[in-house]
Amino acid sequence: MNIILFISAILFFLIVFQLFRSSELLAITDKEKKTSSFNDSLNNLNAIGGIIFLLSLIVGLFWYSIAEYDNYVLPIASEHGYVTERLFWVTTAVTAFVFIVTQIVMFYFAYKYKYNESRKAQFYPENLKLELIWTIIPAIVLTVLIGWGLIVWGEITGPPPEDPEVIEVVGYQFAWASRYPGKDNKLGSYNFKLIDVDNILGVDFTDSASFDDFMPREIHVPKGKPVLFKIRSRDVIHSVYMPYMRSQMNAVPGMPTQFWFVPTKTTEEIREETGNPDFNYEILCNKICGRAHFSMKHTVVVQEEYEYLEWKKSQKPWIERNPEYLSKIQEKNNFQKLSLRD
Amino acid sequence: METKLKTIKKVKVDHDEHHDEHHDLGFIRKYIFSEDHKIIAKQFLITGIFWAVVGGLFSSLFRVQLGFPDLDLSFLSPIIGNWLTPQGKIDAEVYLALITMHGTIMVFFVLTAGLSGTFSNFLIPLQVGARDMASGFLNMLSYWFFFLSSIVMFISIFVEGGPASGGWTIYPPLSALPQAVSGSGLGMTFWLISMALFIVSALLGALNYITTVINLRTEGMTFFRMPLTIWAFFVTAILGVLSFPVLLSAALLLIMDRSFGTSFYLSDIYIGGEALANEGGSAILFQHLFWFLGHPEVYIVILPALGIASEVIATCSRKPIFGYKFMVYSILAIGGLSFVVWAHHMFISGMNPFLGSVFTVLTLIIAVPSAIKAFNYIATLWRGNIIFTPAMLFSIGLVSTFISGGVTGIFLGNSALDINLHDTYFVVAHFHIVMGVSAFFGLFAGVYHWFPKMFGRMMNNGLGYIHFWITFIGSYLVFFPLHYIGMAGFPRRYYSFSTFQAGNIESFVDLNVFVSYAALITFGAQFILLFNFFYSMFRGKKATKNPWRSNTLEWTTPINPGHGNWVGAIPKVERWAYDYSKTGSKEDFIPQNIPYSRTPESNLPDDDQH
Ligand code: HEM
Ligand SMILES: [Cu+2]
Ligand SMILES: [Cu+2]
Repeated sequence: MNIILFISAILFFLIVFQLFRSSELLAITDKEKKTSSFNDSLNNLNAIGGIIFLLSLIVGLFWYSIAEYDNYVLPIASEHGYVTERLFWVTTAVTAFVFIVTQIVMFYFAYKYKYNESRKAQFYPENLKLELIWTIIPAIVLTVLIGWGLIVWGEITGPPPEDPEVIEVVGYQFAWASRYPGKDNKLGSYNFKLIDVDNILGVDFTDSASFDDFMPREIHVPKGKPVLFKIRSRDVIHSVYMPYMRSQMNAVPGMPTQFWFVPTKTTEEIREETGNPDFNYEILCNKICGRAHFSMKHTVVVQEEYEYLEWKKSQKPWIERNPEYLSKIQEKNNFQKLSLRD
Repeated sequence: METKLKTIKKVKVDHDEHHDEHHDLGFIRKYIFSEDHKIIAKQFLITGIFWAVVGGLFSSLFRVQLGFPDLDLSFLSPIIGNWLTPQGKIDAEVYLALITMHGTIMVFFVLTAGLSGTFSNFLIPLQVGARDMASGFLNMLSYWFFFLSSIVMFISIFVEGGPASGGWTIYPPLSALPQAVSGSGLGMTFWLISMALFIVSALLGALNYITTVINLRTEGMTFFRMPLTIWAFFVTAILGVLSFPVLLSAALLLIMDRSFGTSFYLSDIYIGGEALANEGGSAILFQHLFWFLGHPEVYIVILPALGIASEVIATCSRKPIFGYKFMVYSILAIGGLSFVVWAHHMFISGMNPFLGSVFTVLTLIIAVPSAIKAFNYIATLWRGNIIFTPAMLFSIGLVSTFISGGVTGIFLGNSALDINLHDTYFVVAHFHIVMGVSAFFGLFAGVYHWFPKMFGRMMNNGLGYIHFWITFIGSYLVFFPLHYIGMAGFPRRYYSFSTFQAGNIESFVDLNVFVSYAALITFGAQFILLFNFFYSMFRGKKATKNPWRSNTLEWTTPINPGHGNWVGAIPKVERWAYDYSKTGSKEDFIPQNIPYSRTPESNLPDDDQH
């Protein structure tokens, strides 16, 4: 193997050197020619090179795109994912058509009109009609694609349908955490100044809405129901990216963001579809955030609605699991009240 | 006003002719602190080449990390020892520093300073018919500010904590807080200082280019007789003047946040075990400011390349560029629109989705003039008589990659599709092809085409061909596969995908290895160019006066033009730059300084309009 590499490297350099030498020599012989160092056979070779390149490009493009389709197109697991995917493939069809046609035409022209001493180029500086055509047609096609895109975008970023499952998702270096509103369906308020090693989300436990909030180790969401992520960050910008859900939204310190989606496949179902029994949906961080950016992820479990409800019921509020924290707060509050009374 | 300008010009001419008589500028004033635009252009070019090698080396390093994550790099430790972990791997933070420096170097130092700095400087006076730039002194300053900026950026690679590592977009809070990543310490300070110097350099250069184009065109060189290169450089300079100051203010506010405790971009942050005092800042304010420069910047990078391609394609097809006026209007439209599309980089930043809709519309409008340009290049080839010089090959390559990279912009500009593609390798593929590769091809084309004018010698064609084919095929092999990796949801700026599970990860391991091999080979092939460049500079065949049989004014100067460019009077311009293969004419080109009165056989009824 190494020997083959070595030999081909040497051969390669020999070829380069020969070409180098021959063009040095040619340069001397064709002094009288019109264009300095012009060589007809090399010129033709370059034109043919263009054609070979063109064919390989098209064959390679189709071959890889078809053969590897299942690898690079991830299964879709959200409702809007189907919509954007359709837009994606229509855009692909349009652009691939333009791409292929223009490349064919260009390399074909380059080949067909390669230099020929007996011919003269045609003086053809403009053609208003032609130019209007290729101004207006792209404009129309783009208008269609934009129009469609805007409708889809409006739906995805518009208000979520009635009572979505609200889940708070918080990014910090280098992990994600989540908080559910609990029985009252209301997330308690928070303040970044309350963050410490225990209360990593800075939840304000003087707000009674916080009492039943729970913070699981993994995010669970129900299939078929709208899920609304309320997203924030503790330190730098992160991004909640779920490629299977075709969903993404940045997590920005000081500016809460949100994103809603409707999961369409449970974790069980997607495991079957991908043939990978260990598969899990994940939130990937997709905004550069420091050393461990590449490994900042969080499991998302999609369940049937009844399973989800059961799971939710089994979760204990955070404050119940951290009684010491509660007493600490109460002490502090009492102290404050006392000192206020004084 | 008119007469006043003329007198100024006249005085300048006299002054320069005076100069020609006794060449007694010392070595230092002639080659180092030179005010001659041709020397300054070469200074930009050489510095740009240096940076391109550094930027390329960095990309080779992290391509090794991506393709061969298990490789033991200890053998490199004499050179990059403190970048490696004890296991001989590139450190995760160093990886981020490398991509940050790579991006910064390539975008600003190579493709802005190296490309515009070289060719705007070299070609504007020569092609509009001026003895030099409007202000030789400011032009000299422009280079030396760039030089200083380069020094500072280079030093930053070695400072404590390493160079900046928040990505070339340096979004705060990451770039504002040394606690967040070590590159945001001293390295980031150096980055900001360097960029501030860079902006000064870019402004001095651009103001000069604009003034020269407006004021110093030779007699008869109306705006609509200017070659497209000049139009491209002119609009590029305007974009720079309008957008770089915004980056400066963004950087200043960042400096304040970093060093003086202000809260322009910072708010509600808990990091390193403590809550910071900053409140009320907006992290995405920085993104708006950055991309207000950042988007025009990508056109600052690509327009000069397109300008060069226009010139080369027309010359080597022996045909007028097709649709000259449409090309000019397209450049103007792209220039104008480039200021109102910036937020397409921010669809999922959390900004109001309605803004997203507006920017989707504006972004896709800018695709139209870009498409026109591509079509016009192709139409120029039609019924031409094409000579494939290396410059011509790279120009055709540029059109090819400009189209391949351009069409993926239609995905990314559509906010609904960007949700899933943003910040993935799809984006890496897109901008490398449309901006990185295309602009580099423009740079190569420019070097091959104007080398004879720069150094009075020819480059070796054979090596040029080899260089082109390896680079062209290689670039496609490096960057095209990244589209698939991106569609499969691979985020960019990831040090490793070892913990990753998307689709069939195995097949992407192979693809990543393949891409890395292609990248290393492609990078290696650039040394063919380097050899050719330096070898030909001294040993190349002597150039003739007009080796490409071209129409533009620079080829009417002596083979080695001295200070002042033309011996004697500056030629008068009589026609546009594209009278190639004109019907009736015996020669297949009529230079711009040949009056119609000397070409009665080929004149057209509406010729005075050109
Ligand atoms: C030798 C050829 C090149 C190779 C192999 C290469 C490779 C790469 C790769 C793999 C990345 C992504 C790293 C990551 O996201 O983890 C990257 C980033 C980047 N490259 Fe290149 N590149 C090359 C040339 C260029 C050129 C010519 C440009 C000029 C526009 C360029 C501009 C950038 C920019 C702006 C980034 C983004 C940096 C960031 O994420 O902050 N690259 N390059
Ligand atoms: Cu991250
Ligand atoms: Cu942009």
